[in-house]
Amino acid sequence: MLSDQRSDLKGGDVNVTQSAIPSLGQHEVLMEASPYGIEKKKLGMWVFIVSDACTFGAFLFAYGYMRVGNPVWGTPFGVGSVVNGVVMTAVLLSSSFTMLAAVRASQTGAKPSTKKWLGITMLLGTIFAALHLKEWFSLIGEGWRLFYNPTGGAAQFGATFFSVTGLHLTHVVTGVIALAFIARGYNLGRYDESHVETAGLYWHFVDLVWMFVFPLMYLMNAH
Amino acid sequence: MAGKVFAVLVILITLATAYCVMAHVWWMPVDVSVHGPKIDRQIEETVLVAGLLFIAGQLVLAAFAFLYGGIGRKPRQIPGGAKPLIIFAFVLVGTEILALSFIGSKAWGSVYFEAPDPASMRVDVQAGQFAYYFRYPGPDGKFGSLHPDLINEGNQNYFGLDTDHDPDAKDDVVTAELAIPVNKPILITLHSKDVGHSFYVRELRIQQDFVPGLNIPIHFTATQTGRFEIVCTQLCGLGHYNMKAYLSVLSQADFENWLKKQASMQ
Amino acid sequence: MPATSAHAAVHHGPPQGFIRKYVFSVDHKVIGIQYTTLSVVAAFIGMALSWAFRIHLGWPDAHIPLLGMLSKNGAPGGLMTPEYYLSLVTMHGTIMAFFVLTAAPMAGYGNYMLPIQVGAADMAFPRLNMASFWVTFVGFLLACATFFIPDGPPLSGWTAYAPLSAVGEVAGPGQGWGQNLWGLSIAIFCVASLLGALNFIVTTLDLRTKGMTMSRLPISTWAWFINAWVSLLAFAVLLPTCLLLVLDRLGGTSFFIPGGLVINDQMQPHSGGSPLLFQHLFWFFGHPEVYIIILPAFGIVSHIIPTFIRKPLVGGWKVITWAMVAIGTLSFIVWGHHMFVSGMSPYMAMVFSVPTLFITIPSVIATMVWLFSLYRANIRFDTPMLFSLGFISLFITGGIGGFFLAQPSTDSYLHATTFVVGHFHFTMGLSAIFGAFAGFYYWFPKMFGRMMNEKLGKVHFWLSFPLVYCVFMTMHLTGFAGAVRRYSALVDDFMAPLIPTNRFISVAALLLGATQFIFLFNAIWSRFRGPEAPNNPWGGTTLEWDTTSPPPFDNFGGRQITVYHGPMEYDGEASVMQTAPPAAVAGT
Repeated sequence: MLSDQRSDLKGGDVNVTQSAIPSLGQHEVLMEASPYGIEKKKLGMWVFIVSDACTFGAFLFAYGYMRVGNPVWGTPFGVGSVVNGVVMTAVLLSSSFTMLAAVRASQTGAKPSTKKWLGITMLLGTIFAALHLKEWFSLIGEGWRLFYNPTGGAAQFGATFFSVTGLHLTHVVTGVIALAFIARGYNLGRYDESHVETAGLYWHFVDLVWMFVFPLMYLMNAH
Repeated sequence: MAGKVFAVLVILITLATAYCVMAHVWWMPVDVSVHGPKIDRQIEETVLVAGLLFIAGQLVLAAFAFLYGGIGRKPRQIPGGAKPLIIFAFVLVGTEILALSFIGSKAWGSVYFEAPDPASMRVDVQAGQFAYYFRYPGPDGKFGSLHPDLINEGNQNYFGLDTDHDPDAKDDVVTAELAIPVNKPILITLHSKDVGHSFYVRELRIQQDFVPGLNIPIHFTATQTGRFEIVCTQLCGLGHYNMKAYLSVLSQADFENWLKKQASMQ
Repeated sequence: MPATSAHAAVHHGPPQGFIRKYVFSVDHKVIGIQYTTLSVVAAFIGMALSWAFRIHLGWPDAHIPLLGMLSKNGAPGGLMTPEYYLSLVTMHGTIMAFFVLTAAPMAGYGNYMLPIQVGAADMAFPRLNMASFWVTFVGFLLACATFFIPDGPPLSGWTAYAPLSAVGEVAGPGQGWGQNLWGLSIAIFCVASLLGALNFIVTTLDLRTKGMTMSRLPISTWAWFINAWVSLLAFAVLLPTCLLLVLDRLGGTSFFIPGGLVINDQMQPHSGGSPLLFQHLFWFFGHPEVYIIILPAFGIVSHIIPTFIRKPLVGGWKVITWAMVAIGTLSFIVWGHHMFVSGMSPYMAMVFSVPTLFITIPSVIATMVWLFSLYRANIRFDTPMLFSLGFISLFITGGIGGFFLAQPSTDSYLHATTFVVGHFHFTMGLSAIFGAFAGFYYWFPKMFGRMMNEKLGKVHFWLSFPLVYCVFMTMHLTGFAGAVRRYSALVDDFMAPLIPTNRFISVAALLLGATQFIFLFNAIWSRFRGPEAPNNPWGGTTLEWDTTSPPPFDNFGGRQITVYHGPMEYDGEASVMQTAPPAAVAGT
């Protein structure tokens, strides 16, 4: 019980009025509800997504600036590349659906189902990454570099293409690894459906970014 | 006691600052351009507005610190609470801001929004680590094209002119000083050889960065003869502090003599 | 939806062992102290750099022995070379802006106080918090490392404009590996700041204790919360900017480097890039950054003043908070005012000038809130309050300078002069630092359980306040004469006569620096020998004063904290604690 304490400002506590606050058990704490009912992991992920969107935005702004400033750009993507890109898009979109299925399954407590859908999502993500790298290596084989455009157009093509898609690819690969950890933790009972849902948020974000990257960096540079 | 000392300190600082500004202890040099008076008027208006706000704010702070130290007073908020403050901020400051913007846009526009006089004398200005070079088009009135790969300081080919093959370049006059005739419209084009630099002539009330990759035009008319410094104000490396040239504003006759002499030295 | 909910409390028990308690600690209080300590160290390093270059400006032939030992190339025999001058200026700005001003008032005090002020046992993500600090530390080490590599620190300014910063060592001394380390250091700092901002946001929204509605948050918490959003969006853009710069330097790209450049007689193998792109990206971060630096000081001063005047701020929590929200939001649409003469379209200059001037309005509202709260108050002039009053004066001055720089017509004369240096030091440097000092003196008893020496605190204030005006107001004035900044020597016809004035500034700066050792001594001495501090030495109302000094590891000793009042309620001379039950106050 905290009693009244008197003194002046120069030392000691000032004259305040307090009374005993009933203390609860060690592990129960009454708090203000989270606005809109978003628990902290999910809120944290949303906040991260906002900042990551700004980072991608800055890269895309640089891409736009370079492209407008360098009219002779380079359009290396033929039918094959576009088809590859469409397949990649389909793969990533599907992986968002399988991720959704995983989240649903975890919310009903269906452990084997959750693991299955998480596994399929990881597989689809890996396929995406593999197709992506295949595209990269084919471009590199044709002579494209961060700093070199074999068609004689702006060298910024490579700089912007590889940096933007590279950043996205990093997010995909990181996502696959993170899903592996989530799946393992969920399996062991250390993580619950909120972890799966938070990971799902990230995964959908990565998919959403691709929906911008694909048209801006592939379709706009197709011939 | 502390409040009173603080108040006195703030008042002294305010008075000293106001004095230095109003007495022009450190101030702008005389302006020698046609658009200069507009800029100077804008600065003076801003000194007035900003100065009044500065003095008012500091004096109110001093007054309150002086008057309201200690204990025992029955505390009261100012009448009306925050509302009069918010209204003041929006109305008074907002109006002043709009006024400054509107009038200021005319001052800014007189430098940048008006097209240069078609009869302007043109000079090409190149900045590089750590010197300025100037180029006059010569009797043919045309500038030769620039070839950066031909730049050779040792041969004094600062601009990379191809005088052997380019007829326009043959009569270009390259100088280390910018001389111009007084009361004539001048159009200079700024480009950089290497990194960012800037063209600052206090008396002309002109400051414009050189941006590598861009050719930036700026035009003005000088109203007085004299010799003025052009200094670099965009950090360009170790020689930044020493990078300067002179602007000579000459009578028409003196300018023509100067140009002839420079041409003969090419 | 229920207004409250029961949550499992933070489960970790008190840490054991020296390493877990003081080094790799997840406790936000330890992390806050770590950030604050890093900032103090960085501040003295940043100040020492300024002493060196101020000595050089006043006495160009001076030999500075310590400098000669630090860099044989940069200062042979202690005589500063022009390139080393610029390197010192660059690192002064970099270290001060990032590792002092962005760190202490936000990450230092914010980490320590925010969880307590909202009634939580720790931040939402304690391990992420620990990672944020150590990542900041690595960034700091990289920045310091630039002094010890052969090429030395970069010399392109804290603003690192391209192409000077992007073309590599061909651009001259100070453009070698130091610039790469700089880019990496700042990129790492960005990551740390982003993680920190994330923690602040989630903690403020999700971990508030019962009764702590958003409208009852202390103003300092509001400031940290708003600032976290600004940080989140701004640092998210600086990160790619630094990466693109490093790519231009090491990856052969040309984001910022156009074609046709001849540097050091060599044609540069770049083309198609734009120096203006760098400026747009940098200042999109750079302008919000200065508000990231000042907003915590707004919050700290708004938090401290009511305590020492025993009155709420005029307009309550709403006016000052909305002013901060307006400033934070507007800060994202004004960045072009750094680029009026940059070669950007002159029409864009007007587009950026108008919102820049409009930011004056919430700034004036905030300043008037602080000022007019003093009306008919009972002001106690303890050290935290003195620094808060000093803050108000400094912020008024800094803000006034902004009028000149916000208009392109007047800025075209004052750009890149010492007027700008004076302006940003008043706003970012001095106001923020005085706010930080106010917070330090105010919260020291809570953080360390001991009182600082009040006499020394007052001496620190009374010396610092006039000296900062001597140094930086004079810079405004020489700026009117057109004195150019970032010059290592004053050799121009119109600059040479300003050398005596520069000597005056240098002397004042050295005296100001010496004064800070009074603070340092006070802080260190009091930490170990200061008189014991009670729970609530100043009569504060907020939750940090409702626990011991220092607080237990879970902040409240397992008690349920319920909040019934806003942060600025007073009953005559008495402070009404936020936790005081309503019945106990009425009619007493």
